[in-house]
Formats: sequence, C-alpha cells, structure tokens
Amino acid sequence: MTSLPTSPSGKRLGLVIDLDICVGCHACAVNCKEWNSGGIAGPLTDLDPYGGEPDGVWFNRVHSFEVGAGGDGRMVHFPRSCLHCAEPDCVTVCPTGASYKRADDGIVLVNEDLCIGCKLCSWACPYGAREFDSDVGVMKKCTLCADRIYNETFDERDRVPACVATCPVSARHFGDLGDPESDVSRLVAERGGYDLMPEMGYAPTNKYLPPRPRRAAAGCTGAAAELTAPDHAPAKGLLGWIDRFLSG
Amino acid sequence: MSSRDSSDPPIATSTPSSDQVKYTTCYMCACRCGIKVHLKDGGIRYIEGNRDHPVNRGVLCAKGSAGIMQHYSPARLRAPLLRVGRRGSGEFKEISWDEALTIATGWLGAIRQSDPRKLAFFTGRDQSQALTGWWASQFGTPNYAAHGGFCSVNMAAAGMYTIGGSFWEFGEPDWERTRYFLMFGVAEDHDSNPIKIGLGKLKTGGHAKFVSVNPIRTGYSAIADEWLGIRPGTDGLLVFALIHELLRAGKIDTEYLIRYTNAPWLVIREPGAADDGLFVRNAAGRPQLWDEASGMVAETRRAPRLAGKVTLPDGRTAVPAFQLLAERCLAPDYAPDRVAESTGIPAATIRRIAAELAHAAFEQEVVIMQPWTDWTGRHHDRMIGRPVSMHAMRGISAHSNGFHTCRAIHILQMLLGSIDTPGGFRYEPPFPRSAPPAVKPAGRADQVVPGKPLAGAPIGFPTGPEDLIVDAEGSALRIDKAFSWEAPLAAHGLMHLVIRNAWAGDPYRIDTLFLYMANMAWNSSMNTGGAIEMLTDTDEATGEYKIPHVIYSDAYASEMVSYADLVLPDTTYLERWDCISLFDRPIGNADGAADAIRQPVLTPDRDVRPFQDVLIELGARLGLPGLVKPGGTPRYPGLYPDYLVNHERRPGFGMLAGWRGAAGDKQGVGAPNPKQLEAYVANQCFWRTEIPDCGKYYKHANRDYLEWAVGMGLIDKPEPVVLQLYSEVLQKFRLAAQGHGKVQPPAEHRERIATYFDPLPLWYMPFEERATEADDFPLHAITQRPMAMYHSWGSQNAWLRQIHGENRLHIHHATAAKLGIANEDWIEVTSAHGRIKVQAKLMDGVNPDTVWTWNAIGKRKGAWNLGPGAKEAKQGFLMNHLIAELLPDRGGFRYANADPVTGQAAWYDLRVRIAKVADGACVTEPALAATAAVPNLPERPAVLRYGARFRADAKQ
Repeated sequence: MTSLPTSPSGKRLGLVIDLDICVGCHACAVNCKEWNSGGIAGPLTDLDPYGGEPDGVWFNRVHSFEVGAGGDGRMVHFPRSCLHCAEPDCVTVCPTGASYKRADDGIVLVNEDLCIGCKLCSWACPYGAREFDSDVGVMKKCTLCADRIYNETFDERDRVPACVATCPVSARHFGDLGDPESDVSRLVAERGGYDLMPEMGYAPTNKYLPPRPRRAAAGCTGAAAELTAPDHAPAKGLLGWIDRFLSG
Repeated sequence: MSSRDSSDPPIATSTPSSDQVKYTTCYMCACRCGIKVHLKDGGIRYIEGNRDHPVNRGVLCAKGSAGIMQHYSPARLRAPLLRVGRRGSGEFKEISWDEALTIATGWLGAIRQSDPRKLAFFTGRDQSQALTGWWASQFGTPNYAAHGGFCSVNMAAAGMYTIGGSFWEFGEPDWERTRYFLMFGVAEDHDSNPIKIGLGKLKTGGHAKFVSVNPIRTGYSAIADEWLGIRPGTDGLLVFALIHELLRAGKIDTEYLIRYTNAPWLVIREPGAADDGLFVRNAAGRPQLWDEASGMVAETRRAPRLAGKVTLPDGRTAVPAFQLLAERCLAPDYAPDRVAESTGIPAATIRRIAAELAHAAFEQEVVIMQPWTDWTGRHHDRMIGRPVSMHAMRGISAHSNGFHTCRAIHILQMLLGSIDTPGGFRYEPPFPRSAPPAVKPAGRADQVVPGKPLAGAPIGFPTGPEDLIVDAEGSALRIDKAFSWEAPLAAHGLMHLVIRNAWAGDPYRIDTLFLYMANMAWNSSMNTGGAIEMLTDTDEATGEYKIPHVIYSDAYASEMVSYADLVLPDTTYLERWDCISLFDRPIGNADGAADAIRQPVLTPDRDVRPFQDVLIELGARLGLPGLVKPGGTPRYPGLYPDYLVNHERRPGFGMLAGWRGAAGDKQGVGAPNPKQLEAYVANQCFWRTEIPDCGKYYKHANRDYLEWAVGMGLIDKPEPVVLQLYSEVLQKFRLAAQGHGKVQPPAEHRERIATYFDPLPLWYMPFEERATEADDFPLHAITQRPMAMYHSWGSQNAWLRQIHGENRLHIHHATAAKLGIANEDWIEVTSAHGRIKVQAKLMDGVNPDTVWTWNAIGKRKGAWNLGPGAKEAKQGFLMNHLIAELLPDRGGFRYANADPVTGQAAWYDLRVRIAKVADGACVTEPALAATAAVPNLPERPAVLRYGARFRADAKQ
C-alpha cells in the first residue's frame, strides 16, 4: 500500500474538457502519444504495429458513442485519460510505492523503477486510465505532460500538456483546479463542469463540461417559426415585383 | 505498507525537446498546416503545429501528429523498380536512377515526337500542380489533370462560374461575426483544422447557430445545434425550398442583388432565336438593364427593374435575370411541403430554417465602421454585413447533380446579400477572380504538335462551345473526354476515366500512363476490380498490354505500385523542397494572401528522390523547351529548388510570391531572388501579407481590394467580379444543343446538353437513383472521411491504424430491424454493379434510407507492407467495388458516372440493397488475392518502441 501526500499543497493541476465542442478528431490522443513517446514515460510501446492486432500504449483515448435517439439523440465524443484524482485508489493499492500522487501539484505518476507490473492500480482505477506496457512490464499513464508544463526550455505559452496545445477546437483547458479563482475553475463554475462518477469517491481533478443547450426549437434564435408573405405590397418600389408575382 | 518521503522522486521536467527545430509544411492531408519538427540525435522527437501559421495557428490534428510514423513507415519504397514479371505479379528488380530515367526518356521521347497525346499524365493528391500541369503542357500533351475530377470539381466549377471563388479552402465563413452557419455535407478532411478552429470559436462565442445538413451525425454534425439528416442527393431540393420561402416573403437583399450580381441584367426572350436567353448587350458588348427612372434600356445600376417584361428598342422582349430565377424557385414543386418527403426534412423545419436565415441576415445585421470604396468610386462610410454563412463539400460534390446544387447554395447566399460581407462567406485571396477565371483549356488538334509544347494550359474554364476540346465531329480529343460534350466544364479533368478509356482505346490508344500519388488500383478508382483487370489486360493479337507503359511515382508500397512497369520512388514530405503556390491551392485566409514551402528536414536514407526533382530532370532529358537552355543544357540544374526560385510564368511572376526582387523586398510581383528560399526558411517557411482593412470585405466589388490584388499579381485588372445568378455561359451551351452556333453537339448529346446546361440552377434526381428501381436498390450508400485518416495514406501508419484499422457498414436501427440485421452481423451489400460482404453496425444518427462507412480503410492483402493478418484486409472494405465508372448503356453509348456539366465522379449516387448472410468465413469480400510484396522493403517490427532513445534517462 502506498500513502497519499500527508500535506498536499492545495494545488491541483488538471484538465477541463468541453464535451460541447469536441468533434472526436483524435488530435489530442495522437499528439499525446507523439510527445510522450519520447518523454519521461516513453516509449508508448506498440505491439504488432503492422500486423493483425496492433496494440499500443495510449495515455489518452477518444470514445465516440450515441446517447438517446431521435430528436433527443446525439453523438458524444469522449476523451478519456487519467483524472489525477484527489483520492486515487490506484496509488493507495500500490504495493511498492511506484504509484504516487505528488504533494506539490497533485499529479499522479508512476516511478517505473519501483513498478513490479502487478496491475493492482489498473484494477483500482474506475476510469480505465492506466496503460500497461507489457514490453517492459511496467504500468504507464498520463503524466499531465510534467515534462512540458514545467519545462524551462519551453516558451511559456507552450508549457501546457500536448493534448491542450494541439486541440483544434480548443476543447481542452489546463490549469489549477485547486484554486477557485483560476481560469479553469471559473470555467467549471460557469458551465456546470462535473466529475465523472463522483459516487466512486475518487474526487477526480479533471472536469468535463456538459454540452450546452442546443438551439433547435422554434424561436431559438429569435426568429418566427416561419416567414409570412408581405401584406399586399406596393406596386412600385424595390419589392414591387413580389406583389406582381403574388397577384399574377 | 510502503511509506513515502514527503519529497516526491525527482523527474526530469526541463529536458530540451530537441537539438534543433525546423519549420515546414505538413502533408498528412490536404490542409497544408505549418509545423515545427523537433529533431533530436538525428531523429524526429516531436511534430507540433506552428502557432504563427495562417492555416492552423498552432493546432495540429491526429494525422499531422502521426507524421513521425508516416515518415518512418516500413512501407516506404527504397529504390527505383523495373517490372520483370507480369503486371500485378509484384516481380520487380531494383534499378539505378539513371537507368530509370533513361527508360522513361526512351518511352516518352518517342511519343513526344510522334503523338504527344499518347502520354496521359495524371497526378493524385499532388500539391505541386503548378509544376505538373506546366510540365504536361511543355511536353505537349493535353492529357493532364490531377485528382480534382473525382474529388470536387463540380463544387469548384459551380463556384468559379457563379461567384469567381468557391468553398473548400478558397473561402471561409466569417467565424468571428457570423450569427448563422449552415454546413452541407462536409467531409472532415479538407480545410479541416481551419474548420475545427472556426467551429470551436463559433460555439464558444455562443452567439451563432450552427446547422449541419448531412445524412450522418458524426464529426462536425455531432456538435451542431441542429442536425438535418437529409436523404443523399436532395440538398438541392432543400436549398430551393429555402429560396422559395425567402422569395415568397420578400426576404431578400435587393440592393445587394442590384449592386453586385447580374440579377437585373436583361435576358432576351425569343424562343428559337440564336440569342434567346443571352443578355441584352449594347454595341460595346456591355450587358443592359432596364432603368426604371428613365424607362429605358441602360447600363446604369441606379434603379434597375428586377422583374417585369420590357420591350427592347428592336421590338423584342426581355426580362431581368432575377425574374427567371424567381419564377423557377417560386414554382410549387419547390414549396417546403412538396420537398419534405424527398429530402426527409419536415416542411415545418424547412420553413423555420428559412425564417431563421432571414432573421439572422436582416434582423441581426452586422455593421463595421470601416470606410471603403466600391469599384465605381463611390465611398461608403461603413461595411454592412448579413451574418449568414455557408460551407459545403463532399455531400454536394459527389453527386451527379452537385454542380447545380452548389450553384443554388451560392445563389441562396447572394439573395441574402451575404457573400463577402461581414458575417458571411468570405473569399480567400487569390479569389475572387472573374467568374469564371479567364484561362481556357488547350488541346485541340491545332494546339497539339509533335515535338512542341501545348499551345496553352491543359485545363481551364470554357466559356462557350468554341472552347471545347473536340474535333470537327464533336468527338472528344482528350483521353478522359474532359471539355467534350460529355463533360464540357470539366475544369479538373476526369481522372476516374483515364484507365478505362486508355484500356478501351476510347477515343484513342495511348502509350504511357504516368501517375503520381494516385492509388488507381485501389481506393481512387470506381470499379476497383475492373480497373485492375484493365491495367493487366492484353491485346489478343499481339500479347501486349492494352495500356503499354505505366510509370508510377509514390513514396509507399501502395496497391498501385504492383501495376506499374517503372516505379519512381518519391521521398516523404519531410525530405524535400516543395511549394504551396498561389498558382495552385491557396493557403491564405480571408484577411490575407499567403504561400508556403516545404524544406527538407531529414535526408533520405534510401535511394529515393523528390518527384518534382525527377520531373524536372526528366523534362531536361526530354529537351522540353521550358526545362533546357537554348544549347540544350538543363535550365534548372538545381532541380526543384532552382525552379521554385528562378522559374517565371511571365516576368515578375513566379511560384512563390514572398521576398521577390533581387533584394528580396518585393511581394507578389518581382524579379527572382536567389535568396528567396533562405528568406522563407528564415520566416518559418511561409509568406503572408494582410489585406488593408478597407479591402477586407466586398472584395468582388471593392476598389481597394481589387487594386491591392492587382499589385500582388493575383488578378490582372481591378475589375469587379459580377456574381452570376444567371449563367450565360451555360445558356450558350444550351443554344448550341438547340442548333445554334458554329460548334454544336452531335445529335446523341443534344438532349443532355439542353437539359443540364440550364442557365438557372435546377434539381434533378441523381442518375443512379433514376436508373435503378427503388424496390431493387432501396438504400443510398455513401462514405465519410474519418478525421484521423486521409484516404489510404493512414493505413501504414502504426498509430492511425490503431484508431481506424477496420470498418463497418453503419445502418439505422429501424432499417436494420426490418431486415433482421443485428450489430456485427455479416451482410451482403449489392448494387447494380457489384457485391461486397461486410459487417453491420447499427446507429441512430443516420438517415434511415442511407447506409455508410468510413472511406478507404480497407486495404488489399500484401500492400503497404502490412502483415498477412492485417485487419484492413479482413475486416476492412471499400465501397468502390459497388460503383461503376460508367452509367448504363444508352443505345450503344455509355456516359461517365458523373455530373453531366463537369464530369465530377458521382461516388455518392450509389444505390444498394442489404441482406444478412449465413455464417461463413468472417472476412470481408471481395477478398482479392494478396499482392506480392515489393522487393527489399524492411522487415516489419514486431514491437515498436519509438521514442525510447529520446528519454532523458535512456539506458543506451
């Protein structure tokens, strides 16, 4: 068993993902894989990459599914990665201390030198966010791009996770969810951002923004339900022609 | 219990990402985003979007992010190949480049001296068409085109002939200001990052409504405020019904129509006359209007009449063009109630959308306090916008009625007064150009002379029958029959007919088929099995192949490689100089003009060469005039980079617009600058210049814009682009079909020309739907582009194929239930042309009369250096096997399965029936025999540990 930080800093770095505008393009997933393949947790090994059962390590995966049917139906694109929970059982079940939650910023990481590949953490994670690299026998996972967000060799604007930097629709936001005044916290407050499966008690840091109400019903834009033909229009003037059509 | 210190283990958070960062341009799809390639220890550590680039502004899609795997693919060709076995056997030997070019020079040199038409040079997703088209004309063959004929030529042509610009990446919605965005059937791979950036902005801004018209609710449609799951091929009916509603209510911008369109131009009404349906023109040839104030025919636009019959001075009658359009669109057939059943969209919904369009356009007017001057010199103190914007793509283009549907969409925007106004659809420079641009195709008998260049460009925009490339009998002179009576406005050629026509000798036999980046033996052909047979068919008498020589250039071991006689291996996109020229597909946006280059980021480790270099060397070996100096020595010894810098189409006009002039201080027009490429490299590999604020809207009629565009060399004269609500060009073809003029169609084509060359937009049922019985083939079958794959290129990509390695046929739950089909059942799909066996997947968000799948996931076994168990060949499939390249026989004659105006391939006209099949082998069919592996490809790794060596703590 591994303990959680006894005196966390209060800083909770994480992601806010906007399900209203995610188009399911997989840019975040592939850019994540690309960055992290050569990063602190790389490689993100791919088994049988050109064969019948290609099976790679991905820290971020996008699932697309339909919800509802008919007029209420919608297609949801749902990106899934580690939520860097405040109460991560994936850490507490770790028998060696390999899984740990950082006191300074709340990021959940794996120390590969200590990982024995027992997979208890992946069983403990209700979100399916852990990825086992069977090539080296260790568990891997989203690092929140710790090697980007603190990277002093980067332009300050680039110190965000790869998935956030690359998202074409700007559906992904990064910041300190422990600070109620941060941009991401405000966004969560404004948009009713929510926790995934809060009943599990993991207190995830990452939040999802629900789809906005859609403008589809009559009157949604302020327009009438239909156009009406003008009253008997004047015979002259720019719209005189319509009168001729309607009367002719 | 394992206890931890309060201090967490140190990790390397500040490792530099690279030794070096090189800027270049992505080529993982057609989008042409700017990228930064991070290099470390001689390898690619990371590719990211360039924040400063006008196309992608820092973002990068899944394809672009997977560029590493494309570059290091084990499917990369390694050396020139010469076929030694039968075609299709995959038996090749590696040869040297000198030998390869000697062979090619031998084949091509002979036909250039005898009959240059015997070379058919067709390029696929080529981004160097400014070079390849020019090369073809230097060679002297008219038989050149790129893949536009099977991609979107009817959309491009409809736009060019109607507004002098088009959708796609030639224009964009005013994302910042639009209040209503209507999107028609957009495939998610063109202009993809700009559209995604725009949609994110539009939705986050929260002030606009986004409506998606698409039979399928994936991708962009998934985030639309409203999804209209239209029946394929009926978008035109929906647009007509919207216009009908707007006209009925008088909700149109008459001032816009009068100022910027040909709506008030008088059309001669004299059925049977040679000038019936043409514009009334004065002695100087200028179109005339009816001036209400003076009660006379005049040129003025002050108070012209938009409706009502007028008597001309010669006693004949004429009406304004607008009246003809209004009469057509107000016809009862286009009322919402009448189109509801065909389109599958309730009449009330159509009426509501029309009301919303009118509300956005006229009640939510956008005003920018920016003075501007129109082309007449009149000063305006503000820019008024109608914030309704539209965008359309594949769902319109892939139908045989796409040209007219696209024209209708442009006209809907004209009626709302929104084109290039704040909040509307905006042109991207170099557009607008005149409608259509003033480039005519060459290729008539007197323009093709052995040993000489073609007298003009092989593709262009005909404006009347006299511009067609036909002989005195009206028969086609191009191998693809572009610009013939079968496809008069085929502005991008008909690549989908080349193999068939070359095989059939229709209209003549060729000697060499030269293809670049076009997988014509697989996903780029209709009737794939037939295309393969035609490539391998021999003449019974001689035993020779019916297509005697096939030269193919590709970077990868695609399906097409096996059918080539000579393979010229290309580099990857990260190993070459390249040019995204304003002569080709622009990368600017509505606020500025831009172009870009690619620079080599890595050096090839194989015996491969950039195709553009090879083409220039081949041209020099052939002695093509533009490629040799008078003494016969190569004009561009530095090959493509040399050409990019030093080639001029006319003095001052070259491939790249930035840093011209000897000192590099000129933009647009200027003498060659020997340090131009260095300047591009120093500026992140792109050039961009902003349009002055006073020229950013109303570009078609804005003097400041037009003069700026002349200065940049984008257009020749600062003349307004009059929007063509009524197309006189089409009427000229119709008149020819009615027996007028010097150039008339042969009898068998007359009815077709007279029908489809309607000067007003029209809707007609797609040809395959009309030709088949609904009981036999009750369903539409179409494809969609997954955002994470680009045609066949993604299949050898280790990462992307994990996202889309197999495909299913998606069916509406209710439709499947009626047929007893459940998820994952194996089903057969039958069309009038063929049959495939695939697996079903049920869903809700699809038009119930439509089935669909992802495009180009299925691969042929053995291709792309994929393993024998690859799912692409077992659980992947192509719809292409179901699609015929020709329409049914009409008395000994078969038209292309295409739009009759432009020759655009009608992929989405496909009609099918589906049925559950008994359990059998769980493999998709047809299961073609494996292609033999290309020699000497590297072994596929069993485990890919890409990036391991870059780790800061890597144990080497």
